[in-house]
Amino acid sequence: MSEAARKINDDLLRPLLRTSWRFYLLVALLGSVVVAGLVAWVWQMWNGFGVAGLNNPVYWAFYITNFVFWIGISHAGTLISAILRLVNAGWRRPVTRCAEVITAFALMIGAMFPVIHLGRPWLAFWLIPYPSNRLIWPNFRSPLVWDFFAISTYLTGSVLFLVLPMIPDFALVRDRTTGTRRKIYGVLALGWRGTPKQWHRLESAMQIMAVAIIPVAVSVHTIVSFDFSMAPVPMWHSTMFGPYFVAGAIFSGIAGLIIAMAALRKFLHLEDYLHPVHFQNLGKLLLMMSLLWAYFVFAERLTVWFGNESAEVQVLRVTQKGTFAPLYWTMVVCNFVVPFTILSLRRLRTISGCVIASFCVCIGMWLERFLIVVPSLGHKYLPYSWGTYRPRPVEIMITISTFAAMTLLYTLFSKFVPIISIWELKVGAQAVEEPVVQHAEHAIGEARP
Amino acid sequence: MSSVYALYPTADAAQRAVNNLHAAGVPDEQITIVSSEPFEEHEFANREKATWMGWIALAGAVLGLITATWLTSMTELAWPLKTGNMPIVAWWPNLIVMFELTMLGGILAAVITLLVTAQLVRRRPAFYDPAVSDGQILVGVAAAGDPATVERALGVADVRRA
Repeated sequence: MSEAARKINDDLLRPLLRTSWRFYLLVALLGSVVVAGLVAWVWQMWNGFGVAGLNNPVYWAFYITNFVFWIGISHAGTLISAILRLVNAGWRRPVTRCAEVITAFALMIGAMFPVIHLGRPWLAFWLIPYPSNRLIWPNFRSPLVWDFFAISTYLTGSVLFLVLPMIPDFALVRDRTTGTRRKIYGVLALGWRGTPKQWHRLESAMQIMAVAIIPVAVSVHTIVSFDFSMAPVPMWHSTMFGPYFVAGAIFSGIAGLIIAMAALRKFLHLEDYLHPVHFQNLGKLLLMMSLLWAYFVFAERLTVWFGNESAEVQVLRVTQKGTFAPLYWTMVVCNFVVPFTILSLRRLRTISGCVIASFCVCIGMWLERFLIVVPSLGHKYLPYSWGTYRPRPVEIMITISTFAAMTLLYTLFSKFVPIISIWELKVGAQAVEEPVVQHAEHAIGEARP
Repeated sequence: MSSVYALYPTADAAQRAVNNLHAAGVPDEQITIVSSEPFEEHEFANREKATWMGWIALAGAVLGLITATWLTSMTELAWPLKTGNMPIVAWWPNLIVMFELTMLGGILAAVITLLVTAQLVRRRPAFYDPAVSDGQILVGVAAAGDPATVERALGVADVRRA
């Protein structure tokens, strides 16, 4: 066994085999925030939707903002991983699993919000396409049913895309542990041995899934945008909402990925695997998405302003100059000014710089979702129906708890599963070693008389 | 008949062992190779590469498409309510559900094919050595007819039997 492979095994299995008190403390802290969120949700169910700030005419607010935000965050993982896998980018190896996990957990959290927003979540099964007693089926012409199919497909595909390359790593952990842990990882390894046939089938399956998951990922956020753009609401009914949402989703997703990678690097001591070049490459991607986002916002705003349709201009005005202006300009600073300034200068495109830009982007993109949802609903066509929205503590608590839930799930995952694909990293190390050996042999050959 | 195998520290050594087994008349299908990573640059790792998985995934996708087409149009015709001035069977919105179920069909078919053809979800076979996880490469012959010949071909002192 090469020294590099031994080091990879030791470094990446260390978090699974050793647990410090800091882990328990972090889990307890995050767990308590999640429990507080659950209590808030139960409180809302017990007392009715009146405890939330939702009221006529703003029936969609924090919960739908969170839904769109988390579905957006989920776009980094599987989409980036699939693209990098298809183009066989060598630097993807330490990044892919970190990214794919984000997709799986962010989708789960995002998909919870329509259920929380139902008010009576025990009726969520009405979305499932099965005939009721009166043979009434879900209405497939409704964008909300499209969401169900899109998110279910993406979640299934993303979880499988995450789990399949984990099988060889589960086998590795199985062989390195004892007792109950060995049994559990043995079950998860599905009897993996590592014959050439198994390797080929795994790689074929991953290629097929990578091809299939990219259009699914694009479709998911396009369909989420249809929840808005299919409605004749000012500044929602737009043909550009699909690509605008997809671009925004990838933008926030990359930011989420950079933050997660930086945290893993620091707390799991993965400096030898997550190099500055990974952050620089993702930082360039983030910069490109920031420019693309600015382009979309400019195109949207210019069209509305130039069209001068009264209801739309009212929403434009209220966001840029009115009550929502502080949030709007914070969004512009967070999504464009800060990332553009930091990431366009090579000197500032360090790990810390990328993390600062990413935090700003996450805040900015959450505000963007909020500013898409609330001002339009509060300023529809007839001024007598105008209204406003103020979030209530129950909504704020549930929102905070989802961020804690994401961190908690990520922490637990990195405790029980190697957060970097060990076998893929070894393939990468092997690919690096071989040219070096060949080069050395070639040099020796040339030096011989 | 017992299974005979040896462990090799490098892919080159494993390749030599496989070549020796071939030279000793052991057919390819009797030789078992197990490694903790795919050594695509080596000949031994390129066995059994051909697969129908792509076609099966395509068939799964077609099945998903047919299911979605049936589900959407059947349910719309089962309760023919006109909604949003759309036709009863509204193809534009149905296309979205059809697309999603097509992709889901393809993905699930690929995964099921992987599980079946890679012989996963079975009890762990006996012909395995945990040292593989430490980077060793196992080369052996299951149910060797002539263990002595195989042992000689494997060419190392530490030949094991399973």
